[in-house]
Amino acid sequence: MSAHLLAAATATGAHRPVNWTALIIVIVLFVLVAVIGFLASRWRTDASARGLHSLDEWGLGGRGFGTWVTWFLLGGDLYTAYTFVAVPAAMWASGAVSGFFAVPYTVVLYPIVFVLMSRLWSVSHRHGYVTPADFVGGRYGSRWLSLAIAVTGIVATMPYIALQLVGIRSVLTVLGLGSGSNAFMADLPLIIAFVVLAAYTYTGGLRAPALIAIVKDVLIYIAIIVAIAYLPAHFGGWAGIFDAADKKLSATNPATGAPFGAVIPGVTGFNAYWTLALGSAMALFMYPHSITGVLATKSRNTIRRNAVYLPLYSLMLGFLALLGYVAIKAGTNPVDTNGAINAQLVVPQLFLDTFPSWFSGVALAAIAIGALVPAAIMSIAASNLFTRNIYRDFFKKDATPKHEANVSKLVSLIVKVGALVFVLGLDQSSAINFQLLGGIWILQTFPAIVAGLYTRWFNKWALLVGWAAGILYGTITAYDVVNPATHAHFGGSIAAFPGTSTTVYIGVTAFLINAVIAVLGTLLLRAFRVKDTADATRPSDFGADEDDPKVAEIERSEPLLEP
Amino acid sequence: MSAPDVPTRGPARVAPYLISGILVAIAIVMPLTVPLYARATPALWGLPFFYWYQLLWVFIAAGLLAVAYAIMRKEDRRRRDAVRGQEAGR
Repeated sequence: MSAHLLAAATATGAHRPVNWTALIIVIVLFVLVAVIGFLASRWRTDASARGLHSLDEWGLGGRGFGTWVTWFLLGGDLYTAYTFVAVPAAMWASGAVSGFFAVPYTVVLYPIVFVLMSRLWSVSHRHGYVTPADFVGGRYGSRWLSLAIAVTGIVATMPYIALQLVGIRSVLTVLGLGSGSNAFMADLPLIIAFVVLAAYTYTGGLRAPALIAIVKDVLIYIAIIVAIAYLPAHFGGWAGIFDAADKKLSATNPATGAPFGAVIPGVTGFNAYWTLALGSAMALFMYPHSITGVLATKSRNTIRRNAVYLPLYSLMLGFLALLGYVAIKAGTNPVDTNGAINAQLVVPQLFLDTFPSWFSGVALAAIAIGALVPAAIMSIAASNLFTRNIYRDFFKKDATPKHEANVSKLVSLIVKVGALVFVLGLDQSSAINFQLLGGIWILQTFPAIVAGLYTRWFNKWALLVGWAAGILYGTITAYDVVNPATHAHFGGSIAAFPGTSTTVYIGVTAFLINAVIAVLGTLLLRAFRVKDTADATRPSDFGADEDDPKVAEIERSEPLLEP
Repeated sequence: MSAPDVPTRGPARVAPYLISGILVAIAIVMPLTVPLYARATPALWGLPFFYWYQLLWVFIAAGLLAVAYAIMRKEDRRRRDAVRGQEAGR
């Protein structure tokens, strides 16, 4: 999601008082969620499966989530706390192009999911694949291509987890915590929250965020329905709100000499708008945590049914985005503990300013818990990638399922500590920069994964070179985008399409370069008759459903048949 | 691979895939055609056209996918039954 919303500092000196009522509500709900998280390891598990001694059990919740659980799980997984904080923040700071594109993004997402994900589910079910890199490794018979997919997934996920911490931190800040003089004491609530999260993810695996997601979604729907029903009328109706937004955004930004943004994008913003939406939609289900949610479902059609129901969250996201404009009209002043304006605080601050403390507590708890769910799933997905596609493929080929589960549990702890150190050690804007880069990077795994679902035409080395070229172009181009106000690199995710002055999402350009190289490389290697035929999958795998036998079972029942 | 590839589904018919494909394509292309909706009027309850049009597409896209899902589920069942009927007859 859009970055660089840290507006210029205006020192107003800010020691925030602690809002005790809201804080106590947040703590009570947090404790409730922690209890649920620890009980989750006993949810839908046989006595024999206690302890979750395989990745299917720990990392994919037993591969048995039906339509409703999946709806909550994926809703909690995809619409993260950071999204809830950053999208309205972007609307508040710079308007539609950097904020409201999230709506078409999460609309066109589901047709794409509908087409692709049931095939990925089928082939993964047949072969027991746990990660996207497992599939790529099996399809192309290449552990190097698989490694590239796995490393991209892990590296792109880490800053995403870190940003969930940024989401929690924004809640803690408006509650009045974190302004203590002692740096360790200021960060202590965040550390406690993450230690508890790490503990129940370790014991409960994917079942923990799946159960917690239900609580979180109920809270967040209540908060948003009340906010949308009450706030616009309270601040004089939508027409007045949009007038105020238009007035603020069309004012001239002294740093650039151009307006801050626009309520309705001008012609020059059209291509940025739709490429951001399309590129982000293509990227989202390449993220390991999204694929984890898909592979945890029970049957081939579960994800398709969810593609019909999940857009309800997109509607909610759209209204939440509009709260950014409501905050403009309301005159919300999001002052951080250091006295600077921090746009990320705008929605939590709006709730705290407008609603009674107890209701703000519910809304803020929803945001904070909303950060825990994706953080748990992301750490599970990243550790599964490490275990299957780095540890098993390169170091211990004969790892048993139980050994794999133990490694994954341990790595999930390391991943979370890494994210915590990232947020505490580096500044918030580098987490945002890396997340911006992560989106561009993860999109470069699209050709290998998606083409592999339909054809084995592509050469594995051509795909690898295309991937490398896309990553290289994306990284360099994103580095070269300079923020006009702060003169920092990684100033945004749009740049001119090569050879034109049309600005588009960098990820989409990198993806095109990647795909063109993969096609040309394959043609070239085929012209030289380079052999590349290894493929563990078969056409029937891509249409298999839950009641079709798995490959392991077929091989057991007909071991003597040679082709 | 030792075992021969036993098909999980019978041959596909073109029509259901074509119709679903068109529905899916509409749900992707229409929300991305910015020039169609980048304007303020007609407003609805004070919301500029740009905003309510995109929010409306949340519902339209979900509806299109619901139809596509019904079509695909029927075709998937038919293809599956085709294979199973064959096995039973053998």
